Amino acid sequence: MSLVLIALLPFIGAILPALMIRAGRNACALTAGSVTLTSLILLLSYAPAVFGGEVIQARFEWLPGLGLNANFFLDGLGFFFALLILGIGLLIIVYARFYLSKQDPMGLFYVYLLLFQGAMVGITLSDNILLLLIFWELTSLSSFLLIGYWKHLPEGRQGARMALMVTGSGGMAMIAGMLILGNIAGSYDLTVILQSGEAIKASPLYLPALLLILGGAFTKSAQFPFHFWLPHAMAAPTPVSAYLHSATMVKAGVFLMARMWPALAGTPEWFYIVATAGLVTMIVGAWISIFKDDLKGLLAFSTVSQLGLMTMLLGFGTPMAALAAVFHILNHATFKAALFMTAGIVDHEVGTRDAKRLGGLVTLMPITATIAMIAAASSAGLPLFNGFLSKEMMLYEASHTYYLGQEWILPVLATVGAVFSVAYSARYAIHVFLGKERHDYPSHPHDPPFGMWAPAGLLVVLVVAIGLLPQAIAGPLVQVASNAVTNGTAPVVDIKIWHGVNAALIMSMIALALGLLLLWRYGTFVALRQRFPRPEAKDIFDRLVDRTAAAATFVTDGLQNGSLQRYLATMVATMILVGAAGFFGGSHGAGTRATLPISPLGLIGWLLLVAACLTLVFFHHRRLLTLILVGVIGLIVSLGFFYFAAPDLALTQISVEVVTVILLLLALNFLPKQTPVAEFAPRRWRDAVLAGLAGLGVAGLTLAITTRDFFAGSISEFHLANSYPGGGGTNVVNVILVDFRGFDTYGEIIVLGIAALAIFALLESSLHGKASKRLANWVPETARAFDSHPLLLVVASRALLPFALLVGIFIFLRGHNEPGGGFIAGLVVSIALIIQYMASGFQWAHARVRVDYHAVIGLGVLVAGLTGVAAWIAERPFLTSDFTYVSLPVVGTFEVATAMAFDVGVFLTVVGAVMLALANLSRIGRLAETGGGSHPIASQH
Amino acid sequence: MEYLLASGVGVLTAAGVYMILRGRSFPVVIGMALLSYAVNVLLFSMGRLTIDRPPVLLLELDNYTDPLPQALVLTAIVISFGMTALIVVLALRSFLESGSDHVDGETAEGGTRE
Repeated sequence: MSLVLIALLPFIGAILPALMIRAGRNACALTAGSVTLTSLILLLSYAPAVFGGEVIQARFEWLPGLGLNANFFLDGLGFFFALLILGIGLLIIVYARFYLSKQDPMGLFYVYLLLFQGAMVGITLSDNILLLLIFWELTSLSSFLLIGYWKHLPEGRQGARMALMVTGSGGMAMIAGMLILGNIAGSYDLTVILQSGEAIKASPLYLPALLLILGGAFTKSAQFPFHFWLPHAMAAPTPVSAYLHSATMVKAGVFLMARMWPALAGTPEWFYIVATAGLVTMIVGAWISIFKDDLKGLLAFSTVSQLGLMTMLLGFGTPMAALAAVFHILNHATFKAALFMTAGIVDHEVGTRDAKRLGGLVTLMPITATIAMIAAASSAGLPLFNGFLSKEMMLYEASHTYYLGQEWILPVLATVGAVFSVAYSARYAIHVFLGKERHDYPSHPHDPPFGMWAPAGLLVVLVVAIGLLPQAIAGPLVQVASNAVTNGTAPVVDIKIWHGVNAALIMSMIALALGLLLLWRYGTFVALRQRFPRPEAKDIFDRLVDRTAAAATFVTDGLQNGSLQRYLATMVATMILVGAAGFFGGSHGAGTRATLPISPLGLIGWLLLVAACLTLVFFHHRRLLTLILVGVIGLIVSLGFFYFAAPDLALTQISVEVVTVILLLLALNFLPKQTPVAEFAPRRWRDAVLAGLAGLGVAGLTLAITTRDFFAGSISEFHLANSYPGGGGTNVVNVILVDFRGFDTYGEIIVLGIAALAIFALLESSLHGKASKRLANWVPETARAFDSHPLLLVVASRALLPFALLVGIFIFLRGHNEPGGGFIAGLVVSIALIIQYMASGFQWAHARVRVDYHAVIGLGVLVAGLTGVAAWIAERPFLTSDFTYVSLPVVGTFEVATAMAFDVGVFLTVVGAVMLALANLSRIGRLAETGGGSHPIASQH
Repeated sequence: MEYLLASGVGVLTAAGVYMILRGRSFPVVIGMALLSYAVNVLLFSMGRLTIDRPPVLLLELDNYTDPLPQALVLTAIVISFGMTALIVVLALRSFLESGSDHVDGETAEGGTRE
């Protein structure tokens, strides 16, 4: 459990700085520091086990169905990285306390930092690649927040966006790669994947998986040609740069390559892709770095170059090279974090970090200068500092690795990289701190407070200590980490300062000499560089983004021009095409099922339907006629249901029909009564063709299905067989609704209720604003009846009400065994009530309604839901049939009662929903009738 | 009868599609209502056509028509009503707000009652 806490603590603790900032900046930094320190102590408590070669695991099932488990493990590599992340994180927290100014929201800074830290530690400890991917994306997101921390700076925002876009899209590729990898290995657990290296490398999907995963690693680790985002991320505050680009963010890609080393490395593909990318990145990054005047830009490109070095070493694919990579990761983290911190100090104290405006700072800020020069010496690879040792290892590995069958290529290019790295490191030390003292600084430079230089100081102490006593201090750590990288094939670590005169030492010395020479003739080289084209990656990137956005806009605007008619036509046409492709793409014959003979009644119904449809289409400009025809069509449909042995549907359809027509009538009252002819003839023909094809398709589909038997029988056999013994009802349709598929019905009444509430909201708010003015000034188009509420209708409807309600109750009660039920009863009762509104007017009816229709809807859903919940009492799933927990062999009264309870819920919801919609429409009507003032008030009854 | 039903569904669909492609909101609402009929009948016919065998066990027949599509269509009919009600009110509100009943909210030719 405490293993998981190491990763989770920063996430949990991330809330604390936001709260503690109220207690002051020190308290804020202190809390952030304690959170990190706790994690670090937890990690260190595992040190004895890890150094003893153990792998600690913590496993939690999360979504086992997807193979996604919250599995964590801690081996040498995870320990090594987590130590760097938490250790340097702690130093950065101290440093940032002094670096951030009073205007910066410090609480927010530490929140982001801890989130980022948690995500990074999560990556290093994940044992499940899906979990790892989640943490991976979290680092992209949280680093976005960190890089864009200074929101007011456009560079900050652009840099953050670019970093997110590049690393985010790399992450996408990696997800795909990881899924392939998981498929090959048959598990998403890293411990399994790392053991199945042979199977993975033999798989035909090895190369795609490799490319996709490297896509993620290269973007994150800023490998050429994705290196361009890293320098732009320098717009972040320096503590962020120091953290992200020394020990964490960019190292995540290197970590991933090291983690996947046993599974993926050792093939020619791996060697040529990874080693080449690393080599190119190392040389290009170092070359550009020499000419950067912005100190952070210089360090950014040097980071790119150093990452290239590590990638190249991992790419070599030999255990010894992997060991060298691990050692260099450690050394680079120490000296690069220190370098960034000193760059931040210079910027903070001098007011500029432009190398051209700096010089001679050694006398003004001696402590900072000492720290910076030691770190730079290590970066250059000067003997007695830790950078020398791992660079020596790199040169040694390069000196005996063949590239394209040639022995000389790698040693020469590696030396070139080393020359450049000597040059930029020396430039950082010499051009900034040595030389003549200047007096034209923006502010008066002096050493910063202790808290600001101490973290960097501690790091250079490590630089020197490892440089002098490598085996004693770093040996065991490098040993366990490289054992983990290489699956235990790493050689025994024995780091020595002096190996005698060998190829590596000679290459080192050449690099040192040439690098210093290069800096001595700096002006010449600047001029030389000016002659060559220097493509600006940011411009290319921006252009690419702009073009993509323009293409997307073009497509979107073409499809989405705001015309509903066009969307619908496109959708219908697409459906026709897809259907036609399916139809013509397969083979099919006529159906074999015996058809029913055509009855005269059926033929009459069909003729009526076709006539009604044709009339409707041809006379659709006359809206009232259209409405009447819709009523006719609805009636024929319900008769059709009745004819084809579906009495429940017939009852539902006919009552819905009444309600729908009333509703449309009420709405039409306020809409224009005529549809103007707007479309030109070609458009109408196009629509007619689309409509005809769509109709043809649906007719063909219906015919094809109804003239074939069930492919494998109908699942309704179950429903028919169990309706009575299982659900206690003989009307199978009703039993399905309230029992077998009760959850569906439950969802559906909720939808109905929501629709009614939306209607209420639309109508209620139309009583204000523009809509209400229009309503108040509304003048009816057609002549009004002299008596809007005829006495005969009023009397008849009131006399009928009790009978109508009785019919509703009757239909409800018989529903479980004979056609009827909650839906139909609800509609019948609604009709009975709405007739009162129509006959006697809104005001009269409204005054007599003592229930709130909203409450009726809510009550209905509640009753139905509680009936479902009641099943839990008997420890059954939601909405389980009552019958299952009453052990009566035959129909008992109990289960009928609970099934009815659910149906009561349905009934109430239907009544509430229909009444809420219709009553509010008539309310609008009342406003319109009375609002103008020139018309008699509607309800004098 | 299968031919009649299938062609009936086809005619309903064609009329519905033609109506939803109109430019005014009311015909579109009518078109949606027609399409609802068509879809409901289509779904209903998935149980194949049978006469005189309603799925009511009290009748004690030797076999019954398929009850499942009926149950599904029953709720579909009620939901269709909810949808028709919602879009017609939406159309009404849009007309009251803009003075036009064009589906794209154009006021140029629709604002006849300003």
